[in-house]
Amino acid sequence: MNIENLSLIDLKNAIQERKLTSLEVTKFFVEKCEKSDLNAVLEVFDDALEKAKEMDEKIENGFKGKLAGVPVIIKDNILYKGKKASCGSRFLENYTAQYNSTVVQKMLDEGAVIIARANMDEFAMGSSTENSYFGITKNALDPTRVPGGSSGGSASAVAGSLAPVALGTDTGGSIRQPSSYNGVVGIKPTYGRVSRFGVVAFASSIEQVGPITKNVKDNAYMLEVLAGHSEHDETSLKEEVPSYLSSIKGDITGLRVGVMKEVEEAVKGLEVEKSYKNALEFLKKNGATLVDVSIKDFKLSLPCYYIIAPAEATSNLGRFDGVKYSRRSAEAKDVDEIYVKSRSEGFGKEVKRRIMLGNFVLSSGYFDAYYNKAKKLQQKLIEEAKEAFSKCDIIVMPTTAGEPFKIGEKTGDPVSMYKEDLFTIMANILGVPAISIPFGKGKSGLPLGIQIVADRLNEGVIYNVADFIEKKGEEDARV
Amino acid sequence: MQEYDIVIGLEVHSELKTNAKVFCSCKNQFGQAPNTNCCPVCVGLPGALPVLNQKAVQLVIKAGLTMGCEINDIAVFERKNYFYPDLAKAYQISQLVRPICLGGEIKLKTRTVRLNRIHLEEDAGKLVHSTAAIGTLIDYNRGGVPLMELVTEPDIRSADEAVEFLTKLRQRLIFAGVAECKMEQGGMRCDVNISVKKKGAKEFGERTEMKNLNSFKSVYRAINYEANRQIEVIENGGKIVQETRKWDDNHGKSISMRKKETSSDYRYFPDPDMLAVEISREDVENLKKELPPMPEELKAKYMEEYGLSEYESDILTKEKELSDYFNKTLEKANNPKEVSNWILTEILSKMKDGSEEIKISPNDLAKIIKLVEKKTVTRTNAKEMLTRVWENGEDIDTLVKEYGGGVDETELKKIVENLIKNNPKAVEDYKTSPTPEKVFRWFIGQVMKETRGKANATKAEEFVKEGLK
Repeated sequence: MNIENLSLIDLKNAIQERKLTSLEVTKFFVEKCEKSDLNAVLEVFDDALEKAKEMDEKIENGFKGKLAGVPVIIKDNILYKGKKASCGSRFLENYTAQYNSTVVQKMLDEGAVIIARANMDEFAMGSSTENSYFGITKNALDPTRVPGGSSGGSASAVAGSLAPVALGTDTGGSIRQPSSYNGVVGIKPTYGRVSRFGVVAFASSIEQVGPITKNVKDNAYMLEVLAGHSEHDETSLKEEVPSYLSSIKGDITGLRVGVMKEVEEAVKGLEVEKSYKNALEFLKKNGATLVDVSIKDFKLSLPCYYIIAPAEATSNLGRFDGVKYSRRSAEAKDVDEIYVKSRSEGFGKEVKRRIMLGNFVLSSGYFDAYYNKAKKLQQKLIEEAKEAFSKCDIIVMPTTAGEPFKIGEKTGDPVSMYKEDLFTIMANILGVPAISIPFGKGKSGLPLGIQIVADRLNEGVIYNVADFIEKKGEEDARV
Repeated sequence: MQEYDIVIGLEVHSELKTNAKVFCSCKNQFGQAPNTNCCPVCVGLPGALPVLNQKAVQLVIKAGLTMGCEINDIAVFERKNYFYPDLAKAYQISQLVRPICLGGEIKLKTRTVRLNRIHLEEDAGKLVHSTAAIGTLIDYNRGGVPLMELVTEPDIRSADEAVEFLTKLRQRLIFAGVAECKMEQGGMRCDVNISVKKKGAKEFGERTEMKNLNSFKSVYRAINYEANRQIEVIENGGKIVQETRKWDDNHGKSISMRKKETSSDYRYFPDPDMLAVEISREDVENLKKELPPMPEELKAKYMEEYGLSEYESDILTKEKELSDYFNKTLEKANNPKEVSNWILTEILSKMKDGSEEIKISPNDLAKIIKLVEKKTVTRTNAKEMLTRVWENGEDIDTLVKEYGGGVDETELKKIVENLIKNNPKAVEDYKTSPTPEKVFRWFIGQVMKETRGKANATKAEEFVKEGLK
């Protein structure tokens, strides 16, 4: 059997039916990780093969699990007890997780074998994985280009077949944008659908963990494992997790597709314009109705994000103070120096930039003008989206403006880097689910991504449409 | 000083009496080995999230109800950001814009002190300053212990009033089962804001704040010291600057810690890890029903229903332990005056005025009181019984047999007959003496002597009277 070409679900079935062993499969991917020069993976866990062997034994003894024996890669900000979790930061270079995150625990309970941790922009701040202290990750489809970010390592790893699935986190597009850049499938679930317990926080009120896979069905399957309430996370939702796989019906007749006026304007002249139009055309041709909708303040979701996210980040990163664990500057002579020197040495440029930004917008005298205003704007956007979703089932928009940019191309220009997230950020600000799937190709023949956004908890609708496009849309996308 | 008004506002922190900490399931317990009572949440490890202990919210609501606070429909937790080694997350989860309780008041003898708010927050860890070689160590056990912070309006005008306020607050919290307020364990701590102004002036002066006073005595001394210091500065033509000062209890003075310009900007914002707390009116009503009567109510009841004096009622309602004890004893021995007397004289003196616990059950005390009432034992013997129970933990029913009701009537009659027969002189005296009562008492004394006090006094009197006829 060709392990590399099997989907996650096929792999799981083959292992469960003992056509393949977890050890064989794990060994295959571990070797791929070790041979890879993408720098997608920061560490291959040395007990991966041993865990696979144990899993084989358990399966022989009757164990059944949704991920029994399947290798998984996690982003470097997701805690796996006893393993390093550095968040791509020098500060946490040697930090070892003291407990399992909910998502890791859920995967382990289903029999997953976690084989490696993936590179990322430091503390998930960035859109290119160039902000990692541990070096740049390359795009799996073109090594001269960025893989996107911040989950660039996870997306590049899946596209490079280093594992059938990798977990990412998405605060402003950090799963969807790299998925688009690497031609894979990545979802940011509804806020609260997946517990954040044990995920090192960047911007708590908008971020989510989600799976990155090679196809839509695998993605739906993975989300079934990850989603659900956790008693350790107040913000995780109590609603029952439906079967996302069974919402995939192969039919989109009657689907109301929202065409956002503001997106129509924003795509004008972008590389992605053509494939975006094609996607709408394709859906219409296959029985969907196009509906004009509007989220008037769509473009303001970007500044809204760049106030809320740094504000939360500055507070969330306060605990990295050099007092309790990880980096403490060797030069510090008193408490104040422990703080200042450890943080100066431990954090990279982008992290420092956002810490300062966050402190500024929270400062007394500026709080109302920035943070409060951004929160009010967020409420307004939520109202506008409610109105839009009363008229349609999904909204379609591009994931990115075009093909992945070249390594180093935007590092000197943070604002143009921030604009990378224009199409993805709205879903985070609204707390609604959004998936990126490959659709069409760019000038250099690299895949472009299309985003399907739905109202809260409508992941099922998203997966149905995404699967439909994946199966039948190939030809149209090529136009 | 007489030309100045002192203006005081208090911020009082009290550790709540919950089983678990406020955001995790670690025990809320004092006195364990350092860093043995913590988890990823209360030491703020990466990825850990707070989950609110609803019990803590309920206790703050109860506290508010005892002081007439308005209970908010929705309470919000916010992050107070600052760096300090004992603050594991570099922010304290507290409340700013929407605390649980608003307003309320506590009445003092001289005036009513308005409350600004009561909110819920987490305690920080503790720095332990060790030897120079080891340096400063951090114990995170206290991190995450639920604290309620009560803030008053600047309505207090003297050190005496401040102490009276704290005493009443402490009483309420203990009576309501909200907090134990063990000062020596840091269970109740007080920040004092103080300013002075010329008598009658409308504008308040610039204020200073003294932090973390942990005894009423410190509060009292610190206020008087600081007021005098401020007056002196002003009298010498100086100006008071807004600052935080540290009270040095050993030297009896306050020292400047930091001026306003250098004070932290806490950059409060709603904690994104936590849901807003919805407090229904139904919950509030139910909590109200759970509240026991407060000291003032008990005092009024003791005076009006039981006819006790104000003095007695005050003492009996000062500490919850004592008033509970009084109430329980009263359930068994329905004589408020008598029960009060016993507690105020015997029990309190044995407790060394409250520093020791009560070592006799309400049940046993009630038994003793009833024995005296029925004159089964003399008051003197009853006190002796009480002492033996208190000191040796002896069984009350065994003691009853020893001291009273142990002599049956026929035997007692015989003893009296013999006494009269053997003391003809005394019998004669009784009949001729101008003070026969004295002789009568002598006979009773003899009966008690022979029975070692065990005789029923009423019966003894009856028999002696008969024999002397």
